[in-house]
Amino acid sequence: MNAVVGTLTRFRDWVDARFPLMKTWNEHLAKYYAPKNFNFWYFFGSLALVVLVMQLLTGIWLTMNYKPDAGMAFGSVEYIMRDVNWGWLIRYMHSTGASAFFIVVYLHMFRALLYGSYKKPRELLWVIGMLIYLSLMAEAFFGYLLPWGQMSYWGAQVITSLFGAVPWIGNQLALWIRGDYVVSDVTLNRFFAFHVIALPLLLCALVFMHIIALHEVGSNNPDGIEIKKHKDANGVPLDGIPFHPYYTVKDMVGIVVFLMIFFGIICWGPQMGGYFLEDNNFFPANPLKTPAHIEPVWYFTPFYAILRAIPDKLAGVASMGSSVLMFFLLPWLDRGEVKSIRYRSFKYKSALTGFTISFLFLGWLGTQPPTPAHNWMARFFAIAYFLYFLLLPAYTTSDQHGTARLYKTGLRGLLWLIVAVFDGYYFWYLFSGVAVGLAHTLFVVGITLLAVLLEIGKFYSQEVNKPVPDRVTSP
Amino acid sequence: MSENDIDSNRRRFLTTAATVVGGAGVVAGAAPFISAMTPSARTKAIGAPVEVDISELKPAERMIVKWRGKPVWILRRSNDQLREIKASDGIVRDPASDEASQQPVYAKNEYRSIKPEYLVVVGICTHLGCSPSYVPENAAGSYSLNDDWKGGFFCPCHGSRYDLAGRVYKDVPAPLNLVVPPYEYLSDTTLVIGKNPGEKA
Repeated sequence: MNAVVGTLTRFRDWVDARFPLMKTWNEHLAKYYAPKNFNFWYFFGSLALVVLVMQLLTGIWLTMNYKPDAGMAFGSVEYIMRDVNWGWLIRYMHSTGASAFFIVVYLHMFRALLYGSYKKPRELLWVIGMLIYLSLMAEAFFGYLLPWGQMSYWGAQVITSLFGAVPWIGNQLALWIRGDYVVSDVTLNRFFAFHVIALPLLLCALVFMHIIALHEVGSNNPDGIEIKKHKDANGVPLDGIPFHPYYTVKDMVGIVVFLMIFFGIICWGPQMGGYFLEDNNFFPANPLKTPAHIEPVWYFTPFYAILRAIPDKLAGVASMGSSVLMFFLLPWLDRGEVKSIRYRSFKYKSALTGFTISFLFLGWLGTQPPTPAHNWMARFFAIAYFLYFLLLPAYTTSDQHGTARLYKTGLRGLLWLIVAVFDGYYFWYLFSGVAVGLAHTLFVVGITLLAVLLEIGKFYSQEVNKPVPDRVTSP
Repeated sequence: MSENDIDSNRRRFLTTAATVVGGAGVVAGAAPFISAMTPSARTKAIGAPVEVDISELKPAERMIVKWRGKPVWILRRSNDQLREIKASDGIVRDPASDEASQQPVYAKNEYRSIKPEYLVVVGICTHLGCSPSYVPENAAGSYSLNDDWKGGFFCPCHGSRYDLAGRVYKDVPAPLNLVVPPYEYLSDTTLVIGKNPGEKA
């Protein structure tokens, strides 16, 4: 036994003299000190890594049987599903994995919003993360064309046409991306190249940079305070614990639970009622006929709802683009000194709640047919969505004492009455299908917001935010 | 100047020169890669004109043919439908077809066609490239359209609407009228799509 250990130790030392094996292990795992108060929300980073590896692996196996040819693609996917041994499992792991990837990434991003993980000194970490998110959207989009079903085809036709809205060079740009006047075999072949080589390489490189950046600045935590402020004599943070074994073990629990749910979906509902795999995509692509109801996969629907809500091509595309790009600006829009939602003002808490509701509602609207009522609801929530970002500098800057006095006069009740009446009418109109104008929407959103902000101002002036503790508290 | 001194001016010049030459090299090197993604010679060659027999088409009926990979619609309009087009001038964005890129000069008229009866358009929405549905009447309200729908084309993707001459409605996402391709009558019942009248194919 000792002889074996001795040999292994000598081999390790031999490697270490030539490659920084133990140094890397220590820096990133055994002696990487993470805050001791991680909670549920901190599972999703490592889960994203697990899903990435799973997508790479199942993707390689799918490539063994898939044919990137407009005449053969649809059939080759059916061949994988029916005739290749375990092909159905590998393909369902890949298609469900795509949705799982977005679920995990959205929760990972929401964690950053909750605990201010994008704030100084983690701005670049956040920006790299957003680049990963953009690449992931591109990767999912290119991959969605490959089965060559009706949704694949028309989804790709719509997204490539988005570039046509760019002033002057738009049509040339769309033509360049498609390589043909409409989506065709040429497009399928190049999207295959992007999906299996270009984007995966980019994703891996960005994920590597994301982890390097994280380990440089250290992990944030649910209290949003820096553990590096309190170190022991050896320079180890007092509130830090080594990532390995503490968090590797914790993450393994998360991975096991995740895989149970994941394979549960694969076995009992891989289409997820049309949300993970859409019904129309079981028809081969037909360039002459758009299906009557076309919608993107669920993870794009919030942005799709914004695109559809605006009755102007360029403005619609620009709004959709900026609704994604807004996230990049978060570290600089948020002027609050406190990171974690635990110690933030009531203002911020309600703004984040409003934003979350808007995002989810837009996501639902994106799956619905574009009736006039749905479009007006989408406009309402799109305005709320953008106001979260655009007003962020205002409501994260403290001092709201002046507004408190307003309420002593009873104006408060009156204002809320007006808001209730107008909001009630607005939504009643919407649901009964009456067309409402942009001015109506702006007015209703405006007074609602005014009332909420004044109300918040009142809370804020009475309640001193919970003070930020010096050391981390419970998870 | 002794031999050990560093001439930083000369060093800076060399760095700048190397950067400029290297940058030009990168641009030149990128050109073939960018160009390789534009439509190939074969893709361009597939655009040959298509001959269509329209003798079977009944009034208010539409047929679809494929030209350059795109759906081209031929709609035989009934007299009622032609009247609706005239009546729709006020609710469409470009009633006189002033946008020159959307039709050949011989289709710049009220009905956007050579013969009023037959409409020939590329069935691709000018918003984001879906193919709209032909909805002569909104039977049982199966589409997301208002009750006063006069017949036309409805795009299921983002709700754009066009009248029976392919003219886009106001306040919908699509900015332009449907494209009328070049076409010519060979006889009363035969059309050729992709070729202007009198032009050699």
